[in-house]
Amino acid sequence: MWPDYESDSRFADKVRGIAWGLVLTVFLAACCSIAVLYSAADGDMRPWAATQMIRFAIALIPMIGAALLPIRHWFRAAYWVYAIALALVIAVDLRGFVGMGARRWIDLGVIQLQPSSLLNMALILALARYFHTRSDEDIARIRWLIPPALMIFVPTALILKQPDLGTAILGLIGGAAVFFLAGVRLRFFGLIGLATAAALPAGWHFLRSYQKNRIYTFLDPESDPLGAGYHVLQSKIALGSGGLFGRGFLNGSQSHLSFLPEKQTDFIFTTLAEEFGFVGGFALLALYSVMIGYGLAIALGCRSHFGRLLGLGIVANFSLYVFINIAMVMGLIPVVGVPLPLISYGGTAMLAVMFGFGLLLNAGVHREVRLGPKGETRPS
Amino acid sequence: MRRDALRRKLTTRRAAILAGGQALLLAAIGGRMYQLQITQSERYMVLADENRMSLRLLAPLRARIVDRFGIPLAENHDNYHLLIIPEQAGDFVATLDALAAVIEIGEGDRRRVLREIRRKHSFVPVIVRANLSWDEMARIEVAIPELPGVSIDQGVTRYYPFGEMMAHVVGYVASASEQELDGDPLLELPDFRIGKSGVEKSQDTNLRGIAGTSQVEVNALGRVVRELARVPGKPGQDAITTIDLSLQDFATRRCSTEQSVACVLLDAVTGDVLALVSSPGFDPAPFSAGLSPALWKELSTDPRKPLLNKAIAGVYPPGSTFKPVVALAALAAKVLTSETSFTCPGYLEYGNVTFHCWRHGGHGTLRLRDAIKKSCDVFFYETARRLGIDRLAATARRFGFGDRLGIEIPGERPGLIPTRNWKLAAIGSAWSQGETLIAGIGQGAVLATPLQLATMVARLVTGRAVTPRLVRAEGIMPGRDGAPADFPSLGLNPRTIALVLDGMNAVVNEPGGTAYAARIVQTGLAMGGKSGTSQVRHISDYERGHGIRKIRQIPWKQRDHALFVAFAPVGAPRYVCAAVVEHGGTSGGGGSAVAAPICRDVLLETQRRDPGRRRPGENGVAVLGPTANRAATPGG
Repeated sequence: MWPDYESDSRFADKVRGIAWGLVLTVFLAACCSIAVLYSAADGDMRPWAATQMIRFAIALIPMIGAALLPIRHWFRAAYWVYAIALALVIAVDLRGFVGMGARRWIDLGVIQLQPSSLLNMALILALARYFHTRSDEDIARIRWLIPPALMIFVPTALILKQPDLGTAILGLIGGAAVFFLAGVRLRFFGLIGLATAAALPAGWHFLRSYQKNRIYTFLDPESDPLGAGYHVLQSKIALGSGGLFGRGFLNGSQSHLSFLPEKQTDFIFTTLAEEFGFVGGFALLALYSVMIGYGLAIALGCRSHFGRLLGLGIVANFSLYVFINIAMVMGLIPVVGVPLPLISYGGTAMLAVMFGFGLLLNAGVHREVRLGPKGETRPS
Repeated sequence: MRRDALRRKLTTRRAAILAGGQALLLAAIGGRMYQLQITQSERYMVLADENRMSLRLLAPLRARIVDRFGIPLAENHDNYHLLIIPEQAGDFVATLDALAAVIEIGEGDRRRVLREIRRKHSFVPVIVRANLSWDEMARIEVAIPELPGVSIDQGVTRYYPFGEMMAHVVGYVASASEQELDGDPLLELPDFRIGKSGVEKSQDTNLRGIAGTSQVEVNALGRVVRELARVPGKPGQDAITTIDLSLQDFATRRCSTEQSVACVLLDAVTGDVLALVSSPGFDPAPFSAGLSPALWKELSTDPRKPLLNKAIAGVYPPGSTFKPVVALAALAAKVLTSETSFTCPGYLEYGNVTFHCWRHGGHGTLRLRDAIKKSCDVFFYETARRLGIDRLAATARRFGFGDRLGIEIPGERPGLIPTRNWKLAAIGSAWSQGETLIAGIGQGAVLATPLQLATMVARLVTGRAVTPRLVRAEGIMPGRDGAPADFPSLGLNPRTIALVLDGMNAVVNEPGGTAYAARIVQTGLAMGGKSGTSQVRHISDYERGHGIRKIRQIPWKQRDHALFVAFAPVGAPRYVCAAVVEHGGTSGGGGSAVAAPICRDVLLETQRRDPGRRRPGENGVAVLGPTANRAATPGG
């Protein structure tokens, strides 16, 4: 079902309508990722940098594809995409294999897929459609908020069970962000907040011991420097020793001498900031800020509520990944396994983020398209 | 349309709040980054360096221990270990199999190696075999190209070329025990050895040297990535002993003719210990390498106590060898003159106790000179009675008894000179005069080490408070050799001393003296001395009544100790020797029978070598000329 371009606008116009500036920032982030991965492998393209480069090139295709597909198709497909993603998550639960002590992956033969990160994108898509269809009066009523709340909680609970605390929290907060942006009354959030607070002690029981340890460690990181607190302590040492200008490319002792754990995935920000210092870390933060600001501007420029919610949801989700990952490596929050979007080594995460950017670009391309309550296109 | 516009307005407002939140979080992250990387950067820089830098100690080379002429008594030998580095070996099981075809690898070694490989990081070398022979080395060197990850490592082990002969003086080294760890990281190095006994222990700090350091960069697993800096250590300083190896050798071989002997040879002028023998000794090599329980049991249960340095840590009642001190004390206290005579009927009645003389029929009437010569017990009972224990004890202490002499090897024991106060404190009862009489013949509570006996004679012949020493501070000979040490005078009248020495001359060199049979016949080399027998068991009245059993009827452990102290040459005493033969005495006056010949032979050999006076250019040849003839060894 290749898009029927004629009904929206001409193909060339659509390509021109893509926010290429945003694509450029994505490209810059990928370059940054490859440089850091090259250094993390002691100055070698293998095993990470080259693979990451190829993955980026491949992921560009679904990103641009997603951007060019008529927005009404996305609107119609939203629930289906969500359903497929949910089915994949369930499939992982059922027959995913155990890796890293958690069932997160599904082996599709060619690639190993981590459906939970894809699901977060599908969730935003589905929620954006749901709130697009509901009227202001509807979303003021709890009754109409129960279906979208279930859309969030069902997969989140499944992902938590895998267990993948980080992705579950991201899904939860990402979904909540769409609720918030859709204009759901603040007292509803208060209600949810109270319910969550009440459920926390019970939830504590469901945490794995290593997850509890991470929280203990977060509360008192120096208590066990060689045990659970080791990762964060070593990360802080690496960051701090980077100083203003860093130890220099390929010269980070903490990452090169293996003191830093997961230097190519979850702690890659540390690897970067050790070698490039405050200046390097700040530059990446600035790049992320530009992407977030750019994304917000694109989303808010949309005529359709669906496009706005979709774009804003994607941006909110993206920024959450950034905040949680960087705050974690700096010891501001407990360690949760969340990759740094576009930088961390990993196929699915990159695919999910690029796909999300594709949807954001799509909202930008179709900013002038008006969608009826059922997704019917109304020419401007 | 209106509805849509409202919704848009709301979403935009909410988006603005979201953007504000994002800005806040970004600012928080930026702030934290500033805090870590700018404010606290120096602290984390230090932590990062602590992480990656490791200070490795370079063990200094332990110095040698040499005899007075520089002959090494303890030195270092290279040895070679076979190592395997698992990560370089790849399939280390196959490599081990290949190695087993080249040299012998026991099943136990193999199991240990495989266990260690499993337990350690793959870059940590594992010792497959220690102490390779030259033949094994050669075979491995040839095969090494086909043995990945296999290498030969050079180490150093302590080597004692004279083994058992020097073990009690030199001691041995071993890894520091848990109690010996004093926080010095050097001691925790796996290959580091410290002195455990003898000179190795007492001179440990000097021998050890100063450790060097190597600052290396390590990764999180502890693997050394590269060396950043190196400060070489300083090797230790050789310990120069006063021992004359050839005399030690002679004395040791001479002592080995008896079961269990301690023998001390001193240069009376300098206090140098020329030979210090405790026979039997032990081989120090297994102590350094690790002692097997069987060998330990054998050594520690041997009744001849090979692990005890009997020369400094064996305490014996000095018996009659104590009599010269009693005589001097009495002369100095003027309770006796050279002309004072007592009659010995073979016993002395005191209170209601009978004190026997060793000679059943008694010595008749005699004066001091003959009393020493014949070792009359009754004479010294009476002398001690007149003198009193406290004056006797004071003199004995001036002669080095009753306290440690401070010889430079550990384990020295103080012996014991009893006094009234000592008995009250230690036993809790009052002193009885009978005990004074017993002390007068060096029995009872009186205890002395062979070193103290030798020191006593050295002080007697010099009149100075000679202190024996085992370590020469002034370097090897020839150097400042023979220079009289500046010992303080004992403040004794030389004529009084001459009287006692004259008695001791008579003991050996006059017919009727107890050790006449052991005299030195060579001109100018004659010795003076005093025999002694110290009782190990009480002689019962039954035995007195029915005749004392023959020596062969008494179990070895119950036989008396035989003692002899001697000096030579008689005319100008220079060398002093004390010998204690454990359980070597016959029941009467036995010191002269087994201990005196040892002193005679040792002193004769010593005078031939004259190690105290050797000049540059001279070697071990006797300096007293061809008249000194070793062949003249007297019989019984």
